[in-house]
Amino acid sequence: MDVNDSLLLPVVDEDGAPFWEYAARGELRVQACASPACGELRFPPRPCCPHCGSFDSEWRAMSGRGRIWSYVIPHPPLLPAYAEQAPYNAVLVELVDAPRIRLAGNVVASADAPLNSVDPARLRIGAPVRAVFCPAGPRGAVTLVRWLLER
Amino acid sequence: MATLKDATAIAGIGQTAFARRLPESEKTLACRAILVALDDAGIAPSEVDGFASYTMEETDEVEVAKAIGAGDVTFFSKVGYGGGGSCATLGHLAAAVATGQASVGVAWRSRKRGSGPRPWKNTAVQLPTPAQWTRPYGLLRPADEIGMLARRYMHAYGATRDHLFNVALACRNRANQNPDAIMYDRPLTREMYMTSRWISEPLCLFDNCLETDGALACVIVSAKRARDCRQKPVYLHSVAQGLPAQHHGMVNYWNDDPLTGPAWTAARQLWKHADFGPDDIHVAQIYDAFTPLVPLSLEGYGFCGRGEGGAFTEGGALETGGRLPLNTGGGGLSEAYVHGFNLITEGVKQLRGTSTAQVPDAATCLVTAGEGVPTSAVLLRN
Ligand SMILES: [Zn+2]
Repeated sequence: MDVNDSLLLPVVDEDGAPFWEYAARGELRVQACASPACGELRFPPRPCCPHCGSFDSEWRAMSGRGRIWSYVIPHPPLLPAYAEQAPYNAVLVELVDAPRIRLAGNVVASADAPLNSVDPARLRIGAPVRAVFCPAGPRGAVTLVRWLLER
Repeated sequence: MATLKDATAIAGIGQTAFARRLPESEKTLACRAILVALDDAGIAPSEVDGFASYTMEETDEVEVAKAIGAGDVTFFSKVGYGGGGSCATLGHLAAAVATGQASVGVAWRSRKRGSGPRPWKNTAVQLPTPAQWTRPYGLLRPADEIGMLARRYMHAYGATRDHLFNVALACRNRANQNPDAIMYDRPLTREMYMTSRWISEPLCLFDNCLETDGALACVIVSAKRARDCRQKPVYLHSVAQGLPAQHHGMVNYWNDDPLTGPAWTAARQLWKHADFGPDDIHVAQIYDAFTPLVPLSLEGYGFCGRGEGGAFTEGGALETGGRLPLNTGGGGLSEAYVHGFNLITEGVKQLRGTSTAQVPDAATCLVTAGEGVPTSAVLLRN
């Protein structure tokens, strides 16, 4: 069985659904206020804008470029699908387009590579990364956003 | 303006044994701790008319009230966000007693965390929706989530593993003085710490709290009544909760500065209503599910400046005789992890003068609840 088949899948809610739908198309988009006077990005997604109160939102395309804000290397005890790949990395990536938007993910050698496919010694805070997309779960039910180290 | 300042007091405390595994159920342990606390206060169970607990408590007030033989209950509340709610239970009861909604309030925590189920171990448990942004990537456990903040903190401010060790050591040294502590006879050395296994780098085994079975309780009454109870009253001087703007549970990654956690919000409210400040605190019980929560909390509650929490731990500051003796029963790291409630009862022991690591003439104590999650804190005085 492929290592990506047995990972936990996101339980998607109404506010978050568009994020995952865009990811399945290979697009990294972030929710933004659609009020012309405001336009602020927000994450995680929610019904209304904390800056102006507008309920109008849109999903704005990001370049997919980011920097590692922080990372951890989890070791067992872990859930079985993760223990098999441990120690692996989990990172928080700050988007270059929107420094206050940070996305959790994994730095991998290629989109569908195992979570431990990059030597942790290569990770550092501030390292540039770019988004890639990996189908996960049975029949690729959900597409996860992952990260490649930029040269 | 009406104020809760010193209007109520903790009149009784109780606890069960702490162990990796206790044979009795959480409900039984809860009842034992509560009855010990009432006996400590010299108050009959039939007089209890208020209850407060916090989430992840499996024993409801309905079960407790009928088991202990409480009378008609006129106030009950349950505070959210797990370990962030421990001190808030006291605040809710203080408000209820001060405004006449109840006269004898009981707060408690019962937990079989050592032998019970762990949520992240059970794949059948459906993921909560906020976890859609983190769990699929293997940020599974609180240690992973806090480790992320810890690494950023160390990077940003030059804090080191030695600083985290100082926290673990202070708690362990105090547990070594406390016969009730799980780590009573087990000293910790720097070598043990530095060579222990990783849990989630940069956090190692000794950066993580214990997994414990046990229960504790507190009885709260008006200050006037407390003066007629068996024990010396320990007054609730100031209480506060904190849920900062744009906060998001334990994965506090999405506000402007994730290293400025709920402690900062709770602290502003706490000190606003107090007659004294951080410099006047004689002993502190700071929530220590993970060692990095202590430097973050030291900053949040104003014992030092932003980024200075690591350096604050140097030179034995957290040890007996230091600037701020910390978690004097051993804390969650070395006495027992009962979701922070043992920090409250230890604070009471300090102000009664009965701690196993007594700070001479301790008259003021800060107790905090879980940092990283929406939190709460109390200032105790005698
Ligand atoms: Zn807006």
